[in-house]
Amino acid sequence: MLEKNIFAGFGGQGVLLMGQLLAAAGMMEGKKTSWIPSYGPEMRGGTANCSVMLSDMEIDSPIVTKPTALVVMNRPSLEKFESAVVPGGSIFVNSSLIDIKVQRTDVNVYYIPCNEIAAELGNDKVANMIMLGAYLGKAKCVEIETVLDALLEKLGEKKAKLIPLNREALLRGAACIE
Amino acid sequence: MSLKLMKGCEAIAEAAIQAGCRYFFGYPITPQNDIPEYMSARMPQVGGCFLQSESELAAINMVYGAGGAGARVMTSSSSPGISLKQEGISTCAAAEIPCVIVNMMRGGPGLGNIQASQGDYFQAVKGGGHGDYHAVVYAPSSIQETVDLMPKAFDVADEYRTPVIILADGLIGQMMEPVELKENPNPVLPEKPWAATGYDPNGKKPRAVLNSLYIETEDLDVLVDRLHARYEVIQKKEKMVELYNTEDAEFILCAYGTVARVCKAAVRLLGEQGVKVGLVRPITLWPFPSEAVHDAAAQKSVKAALTVEMSDGQLLEDIRLAVNGDKPVEFMGKAGSIIPTAEEVAERIMKMRRA
Repeated sequence: MLEKNIFAGFGGQGVLLMGQLLAAAGMMEGKKTSWIPSYGPEMRGGTANCSVMLSDMEIDSPIVTKPTALVVMNRPSLEKFESAVVPGGSIFVNSSLIDIKVQRTDVNVYYIPCNEIAAELGNDKVANMIMLGAYLGKAKCVEIETVLDALLEKLGEKKAKLIPLNREALLRGAACIE
Repeated sequence: MSLKLMKGCEAIAEAAIQAGCRYFFGYPITPQNDIPEYMSARMPQVGGCFLQSESELAAINMVYGAGGAGARVMTSSSSPGISLKQEGISTCAAAEIPCVIVNMMRGGPGLGNIQASQGDYFQAVKGGGHGDYHAVVYAPSSIQETVDLMPKAFDVADEYRTPVIILADGLIGQMMEPVELKENPNPVLPEKPWAATGYDPNGKKPRAVLNSLYIETEDLDVLVDRLHARYEVIQKKEKMVELYNTEDAEFILCAYGTVARVCKAAVRLLGEQGVKVGLVRPITLWPFPSEAVHDAAAQKSVKAALTVEMSDGQLLEDIRLAVNGDKPVEFMGKAGSIIPTAEEVAERIMKMRRA
């Protein structure tokens, strides 16, 4: 297994967290992982992305230039990274906020209305978790429960009450993938 | 084995604390701000001291003070900030102050940018400050290796009474990887009878003077000779290098830090195409592992070596000195923080193969 992912969106949409949770869950399941954030003079509303690798073997270069999966939460991210995806790879599009379609015909595309589902769950902040669930539904590289373990570690026991909502979000996202 | 997903900057800071570092002085600059941020929270927990100084110059001079008093002390910065510290680093070398300086390199020259770069190779390896001195320079290529090198960095600083530089880059500082940190709640520190810890006029110990000013020519000569002799021992004992797939290789890649990881990926890509390529990765940039570089490149099977770096031909000079004309050494590098890809490196090797 070698997953090379790019998660991208607006600052504040939780794209760095999606990547971190995936990397942490991969580590907890004994895989080799790496996480690289974009960083710069950026701000809320600016663009953010991270590269996440998961592998059964030692990761030599952690730099992702040709992702096997691209997860985009906003339109500029899709426009920026669409051409980079390897043929046969996957693109996950947040169709709530992205009003264009993927032009490529040699990749698998999944349109997930993340913000709408999040609104149904009563909390717009879990849009990223819905998307992460969709990604996991396709990639099946780590278990959803492991992602929740990683999230709990990050939140701390005091915020453990947020876990059920996040579990539901991940499951709703995964259910979008048939 | 308990693994934790940690950012490079945070891991290096924690590893320093586990190595007995109890004093940290620094001034903010991207991309290494996570180090002082982490230290500001952790130092009080271990009874240490974190201080954000008014400038880089002040920070390195605080390092001079704490190191001179015998403490394990560290400062960190990124390229332009490290330039500002050079006067103090030269002073620490002359006054024989053990200390650790972390440079998370960013693009230069000048203020450059804030992305990863390797443009400070000459500065770290060839002096940086004025005068005849060296700092020991470690160039880790993963977060785990950075963490593993920290105790060694402090030990070497103490043993040889010298500044030690950890030369990493913004990518290693900002990325996260699983790391295993060895807990060491009571690090054993070496005796430092030379340290300036307070003079007792009735005691037997002579007054400790940690100075870098020797007005009399003969006095300075004694210091420089002493440093020179020490540097010879360091060159004999402290070189570190990784040889990856070098035996009977057709080409030898030479790279350090993040770029070495890209080169490992290139070695694998080329291997899949039946081209045997090896990588020589200096872990100490000073002392430079010249013999290992030479022996790998000068093998009968080798057609040429290729130096790959995120700078404009800096590592290249030491590789060429080491290979000493026995094989051609080509250069592939970009300044301005463009990280070469494994595919580009592989392509270049294929081009050299056709030539």
